[in-house]
Amino acid sequence: MPELTAPIAGNVWKILIAVGDKVELDDEVIILEALKMETPIYSDDSGTVTAIKVKEGDAVNDGDVLVVID
Amino acid sequence: MIDIIKDLIFTSGLMNLTGGNLVMWLVAFVLLYLAIKKQYEPLLLLPIAFGILVVNLPLTFLMEPEHGLIWFFYKYGIDLDIIPPLIFLGLGAMIDFGPLIANPKTLLLGAGAQVGLYVTFFAAILFGFDLKEAGAIAIIGGADGPTTIYLGSKLAPHLLGATAVSAYAYMALVPIIQPPMMKLLTSDHERKIVMPKLRPISRLQKICFPIITAMIIMLVVPPAAPLISMLMLGNLFKESGVVERLSKTASNELMNIVTIFLGLSVGATMTAAVFLNPRVLFIFFLGLFAFVISTASGLLMAKFMNLFLKDKINPLIGAAGVSAVPMAARCVHKVGSEANRRNYLLMHAMGPNVAGVIGTVVAAAILLKNLG
Repeated sequence: MPELTAPIAGNVWKILIAVGDKVELDDEVIILEALKMETPIYSDDSGTVTAIKVKEGDAVNDGDVLVVID
Repeated sequence: MIDIIKDLIFTSGLMNLTGGNLVMWLVAFVLLYLAIKKQYEPLLLLPIAFGILVVNLPLTFLMEPEHGLIWFFYKYGIDLDIIPPLIFLGLGAMIDFGPLIANPKTLLLGAGAQVGLYVTFFAAILFGFDLKEAGAIAIIGGADGPTTIYLGSKLAPHLLGATAVSAYAYMALVPIIQPPMMKLLTSDHERKIVMPKLRPISRLQKICFPIITAMIIMLVVPPAAPLISMLMLGNLFKESGVVERLSKTASNELMNIVTIFLGLSVGATMTAAVFLNPRVLFIFFLGLFAFVISTASGLLMAKFMNLFLKDKINPLIGAAGVSAVPMAARCVHKVGSEANRRNYLLMHAMGPNVAGVIGTVVAAAILLKNLG
């Protein structure tokens, strides 16, 4: 169950997908804010979003799970 | 009755305006526009612009030695070296040295970028500036406002306004200045290099770092003491976790207070007589030159290090050795993600970025020791 983890620490700025959406490799799925800069996070995998583990405004650390794609 | 009116007119500032004053008003208005409308570094630029404006209104004696309001701010804040170290106290309380501790090699990148300072120093000499003035101009390449002001007030106070405005202006322009150099000096393949995750840092390491670094630097380069001691104390406030009130004050209220006095005092040094001088144009040119060369030397240092490294670093992070925190790190991240979407260089770039702050202070201390 490929988990997309945060590559850097920051805050969840925007969540661009919903549970059940189909995503392709390299689609933009979440935008994090780190050091006042918008950092888009891209999907590692193609598949369907089965879970979103964060909500907008959450602070995440390096390695925290953001999204689960099946 | 007529006498009273005559008196009022002749003692008014209006009768004593020079053409130079009017030009400086224009400079002040332009800077106010940039600060307010375009939001270029408004925290500094707004008080600086206002300082320029008020000091170019005649007969106010705001900068009159021993009498002027702003003169007192300048004398006790800048001349007696109180404000820049306090800014460093606040900066230390906001800086995270984690990425540097995780990858100590990046200290060399912070040092590599300072090479640009020395090149600029010699360029300034070629432009006809004397040794002390050249030192005050070279430090602009360190991309560090307080260090520029600290060194400038000690080596060449008459150039303080121009060097400070240059430093802050080019820091704001980092996203425009750096990418062309980055693309020029690195290959597409190099820009795509992905860097592995930074190792996690323990709390103990984060506490020892400021203490040990402060001791080493002050033992080796004593003139760096005022700035380095404050920087590391602020960082210790933050990392110890036991003085949150002090840490919060240092990074918020204290920073804001000294920024007010700093901006106003620096702006008020820019009288028409001091600023409207062709040499000021040279300073703006050399400041830009300093930023460009420092970016280049940071990038080249990274490429040089890669010759000896098995796990290559992405040379783009060398550009973050130019210590405009965190603008340069953000810029590196952007250019890196343009080359490779999966590259998240921000934290890696913060290593050289904060190392550059230390590097600039050491460079300033060396310049001070030899020229002061």
